[in-house]
Amino acid sequence: MSEMFALMGLFTTSVFIQNILLSSFLGMCSFLAVSKRVDTAMGLGFAVIFVLTLTAPLNWVLNVFLLQPGALAWLGMPDVDLSFLRFITFIAVIAAVTQLVEMIIEKMSPKLYVSLGIFLPLIAVNCAILGVALFMVEREYSFGQTVVFAIGSGVGWWLAIIAMASIREKMTYSNVPKGLQGLGITMITTGLMAIGFMCFSGINLEREVEESESSIEFSSGVIDEKLKNLKRGEKC
Amino acid sequence: MSTIKRIFKNTMWISNPIAYQVLGVCSALAVTVQLENGLVMGAALTIVVAFSNLLISLMRNFIPHRIRIIIELVIISALVIIVDQFLQAYLFDVSRRLSVFVGLIITNCIVMGRAEAFAMANGPWLSFWDGIGNGLGYAVVLVLVGGIREIFGSGSLLGIQIVPEFLYSAGYVNNGLMVLPPFAFILLGLIVWIAKTLGGAHGEES
Repeated sequence: MSEMFALMGLFTTSVFIQNILLSSFLGMCSFLAVSKRVDTAMGLGFAVIFVLTLTAPLNWVLNVFLLQPGALAWLGMPDVDLSFLRFITFIAVIAAVTQLVEMIIEKMSPKLYVSLGIFLPLIAVNCAILGVALFMVEREYSFGQTVVFAIGSGVGWWLAIIAMASIREKMTYSNVPKGLQGLGITMITTGLMAIGFMCFSGINLEREVEESESSIEFSSGVIDEKLKNLKRGEKC
Repeated sequence: MSTIKRIFKNTMWISNPIAYQVLGVCSALAVTVQLENGLVMGAALTIVVAFSNLLISLMRNFIPHRIRIIIELVIISALVIIVDQFLQAYLFDVSRRLSVFVGLIITNCIVMGRAEAFAMANGPWLSFWDGIGNGLGYAVVLVLVGGIREIFGSGSLLGIQIVPEFLYSAGYVNNGLMVLPPFAFILLGLIVWIAKTLGGAHGEES
């Protein structure tokens, strides 16, 4: 049960508290380029969630069974360390999966392809996708954690780009100084949004679970001691 | 020689990769809490762009059009692996601090963007210099943002105390906001504003 809570905590953390875009700055390029209208932003956001959910677990499997030090033990080669091949493998997987997804969607659902299709090639070079894969290695996530982290990051990215696109649609009616129009004001707005998201930053859900467990242990310890005292008192 | 000069003027000022082309913003913001990170990141990126441009330009007539993105990515990630291994061997502290962002040079849009836009259409010599120019244009912005954030955020530059002690005893306090990620955005926005007003980085981003 507590594992379930930990995973939910991880999900909330990756959507809000450590939003992949607003606190790690990943996927900024396409965020700035495609956030002019809400409907296109929506399409790209969904495509990112989709590709992230596919590639991160795949990369996890490759990392654990091929790349990390000692991973080739099942082949009888425990001394081989292929971790320097991580970047090239991850990016190849991501590029191949986006290509594959594009082809499958084109065949299966032409309607979805029309709305998502143009964004899929863009995603191969979206740093959020590679970033999630690299963070997953750095933080040594398990398979379940990787899946949850990937979906959470995707949702967080989607949320951020939708919010940005809505703000920019409204902003077309406001009077922005000439030099600040376009990139300048978008950057500053993103900064203000990031400050908004920072109000979540005191919350640490992953640790909270551990702490509450230890506090239960602690309180049970206190009760034990009290019981002992009581018994001692009885004896006295 | 004049072509190279023009390339430099173009990439550093008129169409600076970050301020005008909106490329490679991700790492520009995340690693610039200190000037040192900005310098190392700028140098790493310059090397990668220059050599990926050179290699792709040499191979441009042999790369099949349909799979060119994967081929470009493989070349770029091979270069990034070399840079990453070098940093881990000689600048271990910095490489720890940059964490995943060295790897993310692969998906830095500057590298891909220049490969697609310039190296696929020009000769190796010019492409190489275009890569150097773009890398330096990126490094200039990184150094600016990193320098400002370090001076005002922690009162030092490259780890050396800059703000004198008597100012602190007179009540001066470091601006904690500068160290936080959101301020990098705002600072970059202001830099773009100043650059556009001064006549650089002109035009609207596409």
